[in-house]
Amino acid sequence: MEQQTEQLTFDFYTEKPQIVADERDELKIKLGEFAGPLDLLLFLIKQEQANIFDIPIARITDEYLKYIRLMKTFDIALAADFLVMAATLIEIKSKMLLPREPSDEAEEEIEDPRQELVDRLLEYEKFKSAAQMLYAKTTVEQAVFTRGQIESDETNAEVNASVFDLLNVFQKILARHKEEVMMEIEREEISLAEMLKNLKKRIFEKKELSLLRFFEEMHNKRELVTAFIAVLEIVRTESVKLIQDKTFGDIILRKV
Amino acid sequence: MDSEEIEEKQPRSISEIISIIEALVFVADEPLTVKTIADVLEEDRETVEAAVEQLKQEYDERESGLQLREIAGGWQISTRTEFHEEIRKFLKTRPSAKLSLAALETLAVIAYKQPVTVPEILEIRGVQSASAIKTLLEKRLIVTKGHKETVGRPMQYGTSKDFLIQFGLKDLSELPSIEDFEDLVQ
Repeated sequence: MEQQTEQLTFDFYTEKPQIVADERDELKIKLGEFAGPLDLLLFLIKQEQANIFDIPIARITDEYLKYIRLMKTFDIALAADFLVMAATLIEIKSKMLLPREPSDEAEEEIEDPRQELVDRLLEYEKFKSAAQMLYAKTTVEQAVFTRGQIESDETNAEVNASVFDLLNVFQKILARHKEEVMMEIEREEISLAEMLKNLKKRIFEKKELSLLRFFEEMHNKRELVTAFIAVLEIVRTESVKLIQDKTFGDIILRKV
Repeated sequence: MDSEEIEEKQPRSISEIISIIEALVFVADEPLTVKTIADVLEEDRETVEAAVEQLKQEYDERESGLQLREIAGGWQISTRTEFHEEIRKFLKTRPSAKLSLAALETLAVIAYKQPVTVPEILEIRGVQSASAIKTLLEKRLIVTKGHKETVGRPMQYGTSKDFLIQFGLKDLSELPSIEDFEDLVQ
């Protein structure tokens, strides 16, 4: 669901979130511009030229719900977070409609039901500005070039491979298996214990084993999965390290 | 410091030290720290720091196409921003894909609040950030920083060295204070 809001790119300089009225006086929307409900809310407050410390909650709630309904008519899977905010707004609105008890009025400070929301909006807006600052910085950095690849790390060969690298290798092999012509050969299923024994034997004999090569030896998806689990298991239980010389390179299993 | 011993072994002139540093920074893949340079040259930190500053000044003074700059706690030689159009024309490259608004916002929260957990990010952004976090992890801009010892032991995230490099920062303290944005807001 959230992918709707997460995946679209946004250019701070050329694009601005906007809801504009067209001839039929209905709301027309450029979709996917808001990073979240707080973002939308801030925009609505600005559009209404309202004071953030004195939000006209009824008007803003109406506008917000209008937007939500419109998202629905456009058949956009609505992120749950947008609905949570709608509920919060309605709750605040109803609290403000309630007459205050006379006893409360006597007391000096009556808490504004909007206060918590205002605090959240102000906090969020700071980070929104920080995001713009980061955007500006990365734009400047894109105009700077350095010699060679920054990512590779030749001076330190023992870069620990992360789970992502491990999964990448695994996926590479899986993809390769998909492309190959399938031949049905009856084969005995290999158990995790056997796989582990086999893997252990090889590492302890040769001290080193290429993960890519090891995975390549597997005959089917089932074996690959077993092999993958065996690798995870052996790293956990034995004194074996996963080593990756360079980013996206092969991963070596090495006995310590 | 055993500087006496070193001076006896091979006294280098300051200009020689500067030249060697330039060569080292040139071949290095990553920003080179003063400590690394000092270790290779077997000179003390102060000497290296002074030499680096002088080298930087030399680049600036002759308006070189290159610049020596401090980034992610080290020194790096890079081109100057002014010439990016010519360089792109030559390399036939285009600026790489920008981060999405959601990813940038998430990154901002992580940069200022680190180490920070997913629920804490949700609290500030008011929206789930799972796919943004995935993107940032894949781009190696953030790293996991262990579990928080609280209910559910949620994973904590922080920015990486690559973050400093890609955003051209010496260190995290170079980021403007988050409170500075308050004035902008109001």
